[in-house]
Parts: sequence; structure tokens; C-alpha cells
Amino acid sequence: MDLQAIAFYLLAAVTVISGFLVITARNPVHSVLFLIMAFFTAAGLFVMLGAEFLAMLLIVVYVGAVAVLFLFVVMMLDVDFTQLREGFARYLPIGMAVGGVLAVEMVMVAVTVAANGAAGKNAAPAAPVADLPNAEAIGRVLYTDYIYFFQAAGLVLLVAMIGAIVLTLRRRPGVRRQNIGDQVARTPASGMKIVQIKSGEGLSE
Amino acid sequence: MTSTALDFWATPLGWTLITVGQILLVVIGVLLSLAFLLLADRKIWAGVQMRKGPNVVGPFGLFQSFADFFKFVLKEIVIPSGADKVVFIAAPLISFILAFGAWAVIPFAPGWVVSNINVGVLYLFAISSLGVYGIIMGGWASNSKYPFLGSLRSAAQMVSYEVSLGFIIITVILLSGSMNLQTIVEHQAGGFWNWHAFALPTIIVMFPMMVIFFISALAETNRPPFDLPEAESELVAGYQVEYSSTPYLLFMIGEYSNIVLMCAMISLLFFGGWQAPFPTPFLEAWSPTAVSLFGFLWFAIKIVFWFFMFAMAKAIVPRYRYDQLMRLGWKVFLPVSLVAVMLIAAWRVFGPQA
Amino acid sequence: MNGFLLQYLPIVIFLGIATVLGLGFILAAAILAPKAPDPEKLSAYECGFNAFDDARMKFDVRFYLVSILFIIFDLEVAFLFPWAVSLMKLPQEVQPFAFWSMMTFLGVLTVGFIYEWKKGALEWE
Repeated sequence: MDLQAIAFYLLAAVTVISGFLVITARNPVHSVLFLIMAFFTAAGLFVMLGAEFLAMLLIVVYVGAVAVLFLFVVMMLDVDFTQLREGFARYLPIGMAVGGVLAVEMVMVAVTVAANGAAGKNAAPAAPVADLPNAEAIGRVLYTDYIYFFQAAGLVLLVAMIGAIVLTLRRRPGVRRQNIGDQVARTPASGMKIVQIKSGEGLSE
Repeated sequence: MTSTALDFWATPLGWTLITVGQILLVVIGVLLSLAFLLLADRKIWAGVQMRKGPNVVGPFGLFQSFADFFKFVLKEIVIPSGADKVVFIAAPLISFILAFGAWAVIPFAPGWVVSNINVGVLYLFAISSLGVYGIIMGGWASNSKYPFLGSLRSAAQMVSYEVSLGFIIITVILLSGSMNLQTIVEHQAGGFWNWHAFALPTIIVMFPMMVIFFISALAETNRPPFDLPEAESELVAGYQVEYSSTPYLLFMIGEYSNIVLMCAMISLLFFGGWQAPFPTPFLEAWSPTAVSLFGFLWFAIKIVFWFFMFAMAKAIVPRYRYDQLMRLGWKVFLPVSLVAVMLIAAWRVFGPQA
Repeated sequence: MNGFLLQYLPIVIFLGIATVLGLGFILAAAILAPKAPDPEKLSAYECGFNAFDDARMKFDVRFYLVSILFIIFDLEVAFLFPWAVSLMKLPQEVQPFAFWSMMTFLGVLTVGFIYEWKKGALEWE
């Protein structure tokens, strides 16, 4: 067995084990940390496939951004996990159903791929781009040939952005905010008043 | 004799030995230079405040950092009773490993790079986006109020400046057409008027981008004036409150390694990396080793220059207020760098050389 | 093993050496340094009194909002990377199309950005 095969089995085994630990760890923070571990090894598997760009994006987006949010939520939301566990039996049938459907789908995909090859019978295989760095290979087609998918992704992000704001934004009343524009626009004329006061009279309000 | 020696270095074992040797060279080189840069930081800070700074250990206090190191090693590791022990120890370890792992793709001189991957810039961006983990984990695992609040602030702050860093990196990639750091540096050859920060006519956009990158780097590494996470008047020492001994040392080395890494990144992306600031046709007559040494010298000078800027910023700029910090990141840097991406792309596509 | 993976092996070795070094530092202190724990030393740091309750508490939802917005902008940057690399290598006549394609994408997200600015989601109180 050569080094590449050893590396593959090592990475795959760590991915599966940490994936399993994500759902069995008692402490939710440990779950998220195992999830990050799984992301990392998945990135390693991508590198083994030659997809270095996807591997880096997996780390930048999933580990660097999504998992940070997960950590924020489980570390700091103070969720009562014993209470969540009580619901376990109640949600078991639905969970099993979703899992079953997913499993059937994956088996069907695997069977189809095994029979017809990854590209399918009708779809033309992508042009060979072995000599190109793969970020460039993606860039050549994503923004021109697949422009509708690309723009759709933009719209999905827009919806996500607006959704997040609508759901989480609460304006607290009675908070004084700084308006830099107003501050900078202040002139001596608008900011102060020079009053001549005769001695002994004081300032009448 | 020579042919058998060559054969040996081409075998997997020989290759591994060479690679490990290179890596050890980089790691030890970075560690040693960190020791002196840390001292330089304190000396510059002291100089601005008209103090002498560390001056007892060795001539001019040159060995201060080494004395500090031995002191750290000889101190007790205190793990608070309420802490999550594994995460508590893992947090400094992670920030140390990440801070060092990034150096694997930095090209120090022509050909002097441990790993010349195609996506070098993206790798650096990925590693710097992971820096937040050591801090969140450390703050949470301590199970104490100050570290908790410090890590919370720190995470939000690092995340906010990450985006503008990304946009600025995009402008550099647009100019050089590659994510490979060697290619980016080679693209800036031939004198300082070809460096990305100064090249005409993009200087109008790129010079401000360099300044924004520098300020974002300050925020990303939690350096003053953005050191809110460890503002000692409010949060004692932020996420590091409960740490002592070598775990604290690992956090500190990681922090300084990240700072120097940011200096290296500014040099590579905007200041031509190992390129000399003048045309160097005479290098063709030199041996490859001499050329590399010459390039390394310039790269080192640039890093030290940027580190001096970091130290001066720490010495002379007062601390930002947190709401102003978030405003600067989201409402100023983000739109400005986004517009810069659009401008540079438009110039590349519709400009004179298109 | 091909040349491509040989570029990544040094990174793995590099991370391995860094791990060994970091663990070495911790172990050195664990072996060399004195160990004299007592309850006061091991209690969480507070200003002179014992901690009232668990330090992990609920906090402002704004932190979550910041991190969600960060994910969205990070994805935007992720879409920009291959574009920036390949833009100048596309055939000359396709370049403007690819350029406007990305400008539309950025335009859509700028709408979102303006929305959050107007809503005050970027303000910290």
C-alpha cells in the first residue's frame, strides 16, 4: 500500500469517527470541535483529489465562518441540553424518516454512478482541465457558462442577509448613538454661543 | 561520489530529510527573530515614552526574551478548577500551530519556500480566518467572566475586519492574475515603481488599499489601537486572564508570529516581497545562492520596516472605542475595499492594456 | 505520489513539527515547574470575591448578527477568488461579459448591504 492510500484511509477514518463523535459527544462544544475536525479532514480529502481550491474554500467558509457561528451559539446561548435530550424520543420517527430518505437517495446516486459513470450518459463531460490550476478552471466557466446559477447564488445570499436582519435585529430604545457625520459637520457657529455678561449680573436663564 | 549523493537526495527518505531540514530552519529562524522583534517592540515603545526599556540581561538587554522564556518554562501551569481542561490546553496550542503553519507558504527569496502551492494567498487567508478559534476556545474554556467577554469581543472584531482583508487580497490577485505567492512577487519585479502599492496608475487605488490592509492587520492581530479584547482597564488581560506559564507563552508567541506574518503579507502583496526597490540587471552574473540571499535581505528589511510601523502604532495611537471600531470595519473599510475591487477589475478589463 | 501532492506534504509535516514544538513547551513546564495547587489559586479570577455563578451567560444577539453577516460576505469573497484569477485569462471578447456578470452579483449583494445599513444592523450600541 503506498503513502497516498494510507493518507486516504487515515483521513477518511478520522472524518467518519469525528462525524460519529459530533452526534455522541455529551458536551455540545466538543461536538462542534469534532465537527471542525471533520471539516479539516474533508479538506484533506479534497486536496488528495487535486481540488485544492475547494479544500481551501471549505476551510475559509465552513471552518472560518460557519463553525464560528456554531461555536458562538452553543458556547454562549446557554441552551439547556438536558431539556433538549428529553425531546429525543419524540423527534426520533421524523429524524429516522429524514435519515432514511437521505440514505435511499445516496444509494441510488451511487448505483447510477456505478452503472453510468459520474458524468451520466447524456451530459457531456467537462473539458479536461488537468493543466490548469483548479481555481482558474472554475473561473473559466462559472461566470459565463453557468451565469444563471451564479446569479441565483447571489439572490440566495441576499435573502439570507435580509432574513438574518429581520429575525435578529432588535432596536433597544433609549440608547444614544454616535452620528459621526453630525459631529464632523458641527462648526464653531452652530456649536457655541458667545455671550457678553456684565459683571455682577450673572446669567439669566 | 556526487552522483550517489544526488541519488540519495532524490529518494523519498532524502526528500523527507531535506524538507524537515528546511522546515526546522524556517521554524527556528522565525522563533529566533520573534525573540528579537519582541525586544525591539518593547524598546521602541520605551523609546517613545522616553524610558530605557529592558536593558539588564545581556548587552542592551538583547537576551531579555530568552530570560523571559526560561522564566515561563519554570512557572506552574495553573488550570482553573471550573475549566474544561482539554479545551483549555488545546486553545493556546491551536493558536501556536496555526500561527506557525502559515509560514509554510511564505516565499522568503526566489525559490526559498517550503511549499509552493497554487493557492498560497488563499491558504494564508484561510489560516488567518482560523486564528479566532484559539481565542474563542481559550475564553470559553477558562469559565471566568473576563476571558469570556474578551474572547467575545475579539471574535466579533476579527471577523469584522476579515472581510475587508479578503476584498483587498482580491484586488492584488486581479492585478497579478495568480494566487501563487511567488508569481505575485515576480509580477512586481523591476523597481519600486512596479510594486503593487506604487505602480502607476493603480496607485490611486492600491496605495489606500495598502493603508487599509495595514489597519485591518492591526485589528486582526488585536494590536493597539484595536486591542479591545485585552483592554487592561476593563478586561484585565482578556481571554488570557486565566493562563500562566507556557500555555500563556504559546498564546504570546502565536500572537507575535501572526503580527510578523501580517508584516510579511503586506511586503509580499504590496511591497514586492524579495524584490529590490531598484532594477537589478547585475544579478544575472551572480550565483543562485547569492541572488537568493540578496532577495532575502530585502524581504527581511521590509518585514522589519512594517514591524516598526506596528510598534509605532502601539506606542502613539490611543485605543478605539468598541462601537467606533465596528463602524470603521463595516461602514468604512468594507464599502471602500468593495469599490476598489470593482475599480481595479474595470481597469483591467477596459483599461489601456486590455 | 504525484508532484501536486508533494507540494502539500511539507505543509502537513510543518504543522506536525509545530504541534510537537507546542506540546514540548507545555510538557517542559509541566515537568520542570513546581506544582502546588490550592483552591484559591484554582478559582476563577474575580475582583476579590468568589464568583457568583457560571461565567458562561447569554449575551447580546448582535454578536450573532455580526457573525451571520460575516458568513455572507465571506461567501462573496469566496466567489470573487476564481473570478479574480481567471478574469484576464478568458478570451478577450468574453471578458466584459464575465465582468458584468460579477458586477450584477455584487450589485445584488450591495442592495442587501444598503438595506442592513439603513436598518441600523451595522450600528453598535
